[in-house]
Amino acid sequence: MVKQRVESVVEGKIRCDACPVLCYIAEGRSGACDRYANEGGTLVRLDPFTILEQSDQAVPFLDGSDWDGGIAKGGQVFVTAIGAGTTYPDYKPAPFIVGQTYDDVDMVTVVTEGIFSYCGAKVKIDTDRYIGPERAEVRVDGEAIGHVMTGEYGSQMLSLGGVHHLTGGSKKEGRVTCDALLKLCNRQAVTVKVDEGAEVVLQAGAPPVVDGVREERMRVGCGSATIGMFAKQWVDHVDEVVVVDDHITGVLSEHQAGKLLDVKPTGIKVRGRKSTPGRYFQVANPGTGWGGTDITDPLSILAPFKPKDAWAGMRMLMVSTTGEQWGYFVLDAALEPVAAELPDALRLSVERIEENCEPSVVSVLFMGGAGGSLRAGVTENPVGLTRSVKDALTHVSCGGAPCYIWPGGGITVMADVLDMPENAFGYVPTPALVAPIEFTMRRADYAALGGYMDAVRPLDEVLGEAERREAAAAGARWPMDGGNFRGNL
Amino acid sequence: MTYERPQANRSGRRLHLSHGPINLILEAAGEAHAVEAAYQRAIAAFDELLEALVVDLPVLRKPLCGAPVSSPVALRMCAAVRGIPVFVTPMAAVAGSVADYVLAAMRGEGLRRVVVNNGGDIALWLGEGEGYRLGISDHVRPGFVGMITLDAACGVATSGWRGRSYSLGIADAVTVLARSAAEADVLATLIANSVDLPDSPLVQREAACALSPDSDLGARLVTVGVSALPDANVTKALDSGVACAQGYIAQGRASGVFLCLQGQTRVAGEAFALE
Ligand code: SF4
Repeated sequence: MVKQRVESVVEGKIRCDACPVLCYIAEGRSGACDRYANEGGTLVRLDPFTILEQSDQAVPFLDGSDWDGGIAKGGQVFVTAIGAGTTYPDYKPAPFIVGQTYDDVDMVTVVTEGIFSYCGAKVKIDTDRYIGPERAEVRVDGEAIGHVMTGEYGSQMLSLGGVHHLTGGSKKEGRVTCDALLKLCNRQAVTVKVDEGAEVVLQAGAPPVVDGVREERMRVGCGSATIGMFAKQWVDHVDEVVVVDDHITGVLSEHQAGKLLDVKPTGIKVRGRKSTPGRYFQVANPGTGWGGTDITDPLSILAPFKPKDAWAGMRMLMVSTTGEQWGYFVLDAALEPVAAELPDALRLSVERIEENCEPSVVSVLFMGGAGGSLRAGVTENPVGLTRSVKDALTHVSCGGAPCYIWPGGGITVMADVLDMPENAFGYVPTPALVAPIEFTMRRADYAALGGYMDAVRPLDEVLGEAERREAAAAGARWPMDGGNFRGNL
Repeated sequence: MTYERPQANRSGRRLHLSHGPINLILEAAGEAHAVEAAYQRAIAAFDELLEALVVDLPVLRKPLCGAPVSSPVALRMCAAVRGIPVFVTPMAAVAGSVADYVLAAMRGEGLRRVVVNNGGDIALWLGEGEGYRLGISDHVRPGFVGMITLDAACGVATSGWRGRSYSLGIADAVTVLARSAAEADVLATLIANSVDLPDSPLVQREAACALSPDSDLGARLVTVGVSALPDANVTKALDSGVACAQGYIAQGRASGVFLCLQGQTRVAGEAFALE
């Protein structure tokens, strides 16, 4: 949001002078049009028109007074659609069609904020903890806003939003869904409850919080893989290792890796369904205990040791796949495991498991489809734009961030909200999300697809209207980079 | 000081006009040149509308007191609240009056119908034999709970505590059909105010001036939240709203009123026989 000069302040209320109404706005409230707000005594525009700047230095907000609207030295500028406004339902042409030269090639960027009723967020939650059964509804405020998808390696996946929750259910369902999507896409935290599952706090780029427990690490591999990776470090210090995991629990003495290192059989009996030697499925139910299971006492998955193979003094390490939980036991004369102090060598290996588990984060990808009317703001022949995108002649970005374009018909995009400037999203009460989308192409290609050539405005002119300047995300490819287009620029 | 200017955008058959807090969607039907001319008249009427209106705002934010106003929209606002015996300021008619004013500017030869939608407050003019179907939502169930067909010039407006302007009551929505959008706007506001549970702990209220220093409602408490209510309370609140609505219908000010609160709906007046 951009700070505006404030004309007058009366008892903490500020006056907006963006239109003749001249609203006085109280702290934390917005004016009559809902476009300007008072944030801590400062007047901010809720949907500032934003440009992206290629530089390594982050320039958070433009303070109107100290920037002349010109291009920062050495930096390239890209006009994003954030705050550009929309042409909904199909006002023509798009709010800004910008002409500029990049690497001596005449480029055109068509900038519009799209109203997406077909949109949602795909959320990846790095955790093995059980968050709920596949296909279970995900709720906010009791309203279904999406569901649990098939899990991925080390992560749980949610599909949120979509046209059915936004407009196909009750008014409240639509409102709650839109609000949750808006917050997630603008990198704010949202608490969701999964039917027959956990309560999860989601925030792009932050660790997930599952049932009040903050997830720190992803697992390094399943229990069996962990045995394979660490067997060598264990054989000299311990007689048996059980790596407890929600998917596959590994047992050192039976595992291929243990056999190759001549680990003696211990006669251990692990609950669950045996797969190949040393690998067990379903040792417990999914949960928020050890290694994504509901286990709180690891010994509960073991049958009593028998004198045939086990022996008094036998040393056993039990550890979860993230190294967050562990127990070290020595069998007594009755072959009962008794908790003992973890020897330093083993402590090191446990720490190493934990260290090899990457930090858990929540990733939020915005996904939406550019409908016919949005495309009509770019060209008189909307399918021409679709073809141009498929032919890699037109590059699509969201708030300047790179997008993945799905194959097949239409223009269905996915973009990481962390690559986009903050607060890039808005909403309309329909309810639907308003997301920035830019189409960049060579001027000649724009003409060829039936573009509004008369509406193309020079960059300098549009820059004068920019209200916010943002640095491009580090490492993200610049929207006009030649590699984005077929036939190098 | 440079304010933003009014904006006009064409969208297929419609015209979108916006300036500051005003957002209008216009739709005229008829002979092509007549539609075009109507849109040009709308743009001309809209150009100075807000700048003229703001001059009168200090007067419009108080109950009628005889102080003169000069802008055409302000005159309509004052007319719409004349003779109303309860507390109300002309601001209750602002959205409807803007719609009526632009509609009046657009009317002309060669048109079959004209619709001006100002954020849900609608001014409508229909030629001979024309009909306009309106979907009615109860703001709880998806889609519409019914459709009504309008066949004459009229105004429709909706008010409720969830809307952009403040409400003294707890109705999710009250939709009123009247002769003009300005009148419908005032009545929707007043009837929505009367759907209420005074002193109920289940209703959260705040002083209007704390939320918005300019509010015409001053220190009056406006609804900012309503908890889930027992059925009996919903019925009681709606009863009081229906009684209020019937009063205005008996006076001939409204021809139909549709009320909804937490999934319960009521209808008053003949005009709102839902299809
Ligand atoms: S807040 Fe909106 S309506 Fe109020 S003065 Fe500013 S621009 Fe105008």
